Amino acid sequence: MDFNYTDEQNALRDTLSRYIAKDYPFEARRALAKSAEGFSRDHWKQFADLGLLALPFPEEFGGLSGNAVDTMLVMEAFGRGLVLEPYLATVVVAGHLIRDAGSAAQKEAILSAIAGGERMLALAHYEREARYKVSLVNTAAKQDGAGWKLSGGKGVVLGGNAADTLLVTANTGKGLSLFLVDAKSAGVAVRSYMTQDGGRAAEIALDNVAVGKDALVGPEGSALPLVERALDYGIAALCAEAVGIMAALDEATLEYLKTRKQFGQPIGRFQALQHRMVDMVIATEQARSMAMMAAVKADSPDAAERRRAISAAKTYIGQQARFVGQQAVQLHGGMGVVDELNVSHYFKRLTMIELTFGNTDHHLGLFSDTLLAA
Amino acid sequence: MDLNYTPEEQAFRAEVRAFVTGHLPADISAKVKHGKRLAKDDFVRWQKILHQKGWGATMWPTKFGGTGWSAVQQHIFEEECAEAGAPLQLPFGLKMVAPVIMAFGNQAQKDHFLPRIVDGSDWWCQGYSEPGSGSDLASLKTKAENKGDHYIVNGQKTWNTLGQYADWIFCLVRTSSEGRQQEGISFLLIDMKTPGITVRPIIMNDGEHEINEVWFEDVRVPAQNLVGEENKGWTYAKFLLGHERTGIAGVGRSKAALKHLKEIARKETSAGRPMIEDARFRDRIAQVELELMALEITNMRVLSAEKEKKAPGPEASILKIKGSEIQQAIAELQMQALGHYALPWLPEALDAAWTGVPVGADYVTPLSGHYFNYRKTTIYGGSNEIQKNIIAQMILGL
Repeated sequence: MDFNYTDEQNALRDTLSRYIAKDYPFEARRALAKSAEGFSRDHWKQFADLGLLALPFPEEFGGLSGNAVDTMLVMEAFGRGLVLEPYLATVVVAGHLIRDAGSAAQKEAILSAIAGGERMLALAHYEREARYKVSLVNTAAKQDGAGWKLSGGKGVVLGGNAADTLLVTANTGKGLSLFLVDAKSAGVAVRSYMTQDGGRAAEIALDNVAVGKDALVGPEGSALPLVERALDYGIAALCAEAVGIMAALDEATLEYLKTRKQFGQPIGRFQALQHRMVDMVIATEQARSMAMMAAVKADSPDAAERRRAISAAKTYIGQQARFVGQQAVQLHGGMGVVDELNVSHYFKRLTMIELTFGNTDHHLGLFSDTLLAA
Repeated sequence: MDLNYTPEEQAFRAEVRAFVTGHLPADISAKVKHGKRLAKDDFVRWQKILHQKGWGATMWPTKFGGTGWSAVQQHIFEEECAEAGAPLQLPFGLKMVAPVIMAFGNQAQKDHFLPRIVDGSDWWCQGYSEPGSGSDLASLKTKAENKGDHYIVNGQKTWNTLGQYADWIFCLVRTSSEGRQQEGISFLLIDMKTPGITVRPIIMNDGEHEINEVWFEDVRVPAQNLVGEENKGWTYAKFLLGHERTGIAGVGRSKAALKHLKEIARKETSAGRPMIEDARFRDRIAQVELELMALEITNMRVLSAEKEKKAPGPEASILKIKGSEIQQAIAELQMQALGHYALPWLPEALDAAWTGVPVGADYVTPLSGHYFNYRKTTIYGGSNEIQKNIIAQMILGL
């Protein structure tokens, strides 16, 4: 076991922390969230220049061969900055999926385009009826000559507004399969909207969308474990993002306790508030430990071990994030519920993270059920 | 960063497991695993076995006879000992007075006391709390008058754990009433055989004799038993409490207790089905396992960082708070798993020699008492509320 970061990882952290502090101020981010696209192509270009978009990909495809701990460091910084760009959708979820399941030609074409910032992707997987059940997909793919025709509906597709390419899951007769679909294809209807936290997502309807035979990613009928693994990378990343936000909220709240005066003294002199603050810090440190575990286990070749760890982290961090978010708002008093202060924005993002890729109840159920097997 | 055990660490675990399972006396591990009463000799025998192997003080630096192990190695050792059913190495000598003697004691004290702690010759107990001085420890009144070559000690200590077996007690005593109350405290080492010392049992809520009051009446203590400087004892006391908190997370023992809880939940039934299949109960087990998974990593993060700084910091308070809460949560679920079979109280069944028939399953007897007893964990070593004050002040600057 080793709890130290490498020199490269420390350099990455420094770069990211400078970038977020200097180039991603809260006021600019607020304006960006309200813009038409909801994020900045300039920032995306800078991410490419910094190598962030190439981080998890093999060097032979223009990547940096980073691991999930590297992604954790990026997402933690992005949490602090409340970064709006679709890094999670494009690089973490779709990027890992192509990396792990794509053919050499698909990797060649797509990974280098992601790394260069030229192409955005989104995984169009979850469906409304399924809620968080990853294996339940009603979208169907029918063989059509050499290619396929896809029909169905995908819900709350993160980054679906900006994706050039959709990774669509659909059932063929042989089981769950994964297809690359150009978002501009005939029959694809994208209804984009803003999310509670200022991000963007989309409802996507597919009506007899024709794709070629080279659109299939991985063997037909084999997509479920691949999608699960990619989502687990996404969950590990969300856990890290949550920890970045929790740490930022702790700092903001501590500062507020030291400066806000009532009854003639800083409110941080009151023990009721001191102990609440301590509980927040403990929750954050415990959540950080779980985010580290999630990152390390996300790369584990043992799927059962990986999924147990990921569900554990998502459950625990969901609980701690809810506590820290709610208490940061409470300790800021009225200032905690206004739009002009970053606290309410951090709180909303934490809350949406809790609801994404399986909420706390869902993952507690998955984790708890592993106790039956042991 | 990598949270996986290296091949070297895995080999180390195998070595520890082989030694512990090969040398831990079966009668002792049977007592520990079945929650039976432990005798003084059980603790001492195990300490002597570890000492012979050179593992008597895994948390000490090598120059004092310790192993000099890393935080991860210590964690592995504690986990393997807990899993095998070894008795706890009591902290009073090894983890409390020893670090103080190493840091602040003179050469004669180091030469005399430390080897006798690690080889199991001396049993130490603690003289900190007083009836009027609990959380406000610095208000303590037990008085030591400086008579030149000796002190005369008068007063009363309480919440003294297993002092009925002790050879020595380390005491905080008042040597001055001038200035701030923290500035008049000294740290004395007192031989329990000295005339004038009376040990009176306090029976705990589980009916057991674990703690005592210790009375001092004109007790003569040689001046050479003062640690460090007179009136500087508060500094040493806080240093000691930092070390105490470090060992208190109890991750290894909680993992063993959680495993036991799961075994119980498979055996106990409700409407004929194992309790583990009751989703409401299973989720509660899952919840405490999550807390423990997080603490295991937090524990090693904090201890690894402290190794580099050489002394425990206020972060150890986090370990104390979470560790004690988890211990209590597991104890509570173990009792709850029994349903109404948690009611029978058979103290005679805690004796290893008892040959009677248990009421309910054979693992039932100690669990309710353990639950009641373990309410102490959030109180001792500085209550969890005091720990939060420490974090608020020392880490957060509030």
